Amino acid sequence: MTGTASRSVSAGARLVGVLSIDRSIVDAIVAHARRDHPDEACGVVAGPVGSDKPTRHIPMQNAARSMTFYEFDSMEQLRLWREMDDRDEEPIVIYHSHTATEAYPSRTDIAFAGEPGAHYLLVSTREPDTEEIRSFRIVDGVVTEEPVRILDAGVDPHAVQSYMFGQSPATVDYECSGS
Amino acid sequence: MAIEVRIPTILRSYTGGAKVVEGSGDTLNDLLTDLDSRHGGLRARLVTEAGALHRFVNVYVNDEDVRFLGALDAKLSDGDSVTILPAVAGGALGFAAAAAISRHSAAAGAIAQHNAGRRSPATAG
Repeated sequence: MTGTASRSVSAGARLVGVLSIDRSIVDAIVAHARRDHPDEACGVVAGPVGSDKPTRHIPMQNAARSMTFYEFDSMEQLRLWREMDDRDEEPIVIYHSHTATEAYPSRTDIAFAGEPGAHYLLVSTREPDTEEIRSFRIVDGVVTEEPVRILDAGVDPHAVQSYMFGQSPATVDYECSGS
Repeated sequence: MAIEVRIPTILRSYTGGAKVVEGSGDTLNDLLTDLDSRHGGLRARLVTEAGALHRFVNVYVNDEDVRFLGALDAKLSDGDSVTILPAVAGGALGFAAAAAISRHSAAAGAIAQHNAGRRSPATAG
C-alpha cells in the first residue's frame, strides 16, 4: 500500500471521470443514511439528460429493510423513472449505504448494477462520527472508482474543492482547482 | 397486435439504440419471443436459462409489476404498454459483510463484558 499513490488525478488511469455534486445534496444523502442506519438507505439524484449534473435528490424506500441489502420498491421505481422521463431527466447518481462495511461495491452491488451511465455513490455509516463517501462507475461488471468533487454553491460558485473520501491508496486528499 | 415496449439504457444495444420498440404476443413470454426474433439476445437478458424472469429486471404491464400478474404468463392485449427497468438493488450482503458483522458482534461482546466488569470487578474476565 503506498500512501502517496496519486497526487494527480490524471496519473490514475482508472480514474476516468469525476462526480461533481453540491454539498447540500451530499449532506442530504448522509442525513438519509444516518436516519435509516443500521438498515441500508438508498436513493437517486436525478439531473437533466446528458448533463452529468445531479440536481434533484429523491430518497427511496429500501423495500428490503435490511442491514445488508437494499432494493428499490418496484412501483416507486416505476413512478420515479416515468417522472424523470417526463422531465427529461435521468438517474445521474444512484446511492446506497453500507452500515457495517466500507463504501466499496460488493459483489451483489456489481451483479445488480444496471445503469451504466450512473455514478454509484456509496456511503459507509459504520463509524458513528465520520462518513466514508466514494463514487464508482459499474459497467459490465467492471468497477472504476472516481473522485468526488463537492461544490460549495452556497459559499462561492468558483471555489471548487475536489477530493476523494476514504482511505484507499488512490485517495486524493485535497486538491484545489480553479475550474 | 401492437404492444409498445420501453427499453432501458442498458438493453438498447439490442434495439439499435431505440428507446421504444413494438412487438406482439398474448403473453409476456410470447412478446419476448417475438422481440427476440428482431432483437436477438434481448430475451436472454430478461429470462433465465431455467425459463423464469430474471431477478435483476423489473417488467411492468401498464402500471403493474408483472410479478403480480403471473410473470412470464402475464396476459397482454393490444395497446398495452410494457416497461422494462433494471432492478435497483445491492448491498453489503456477502462474505465481507458477514465477516464485518461478526467482528462487530465480537466487539459488542467485549464491550458488554468490559462494562459488566466495571460494575462488578470480581466477574471481569
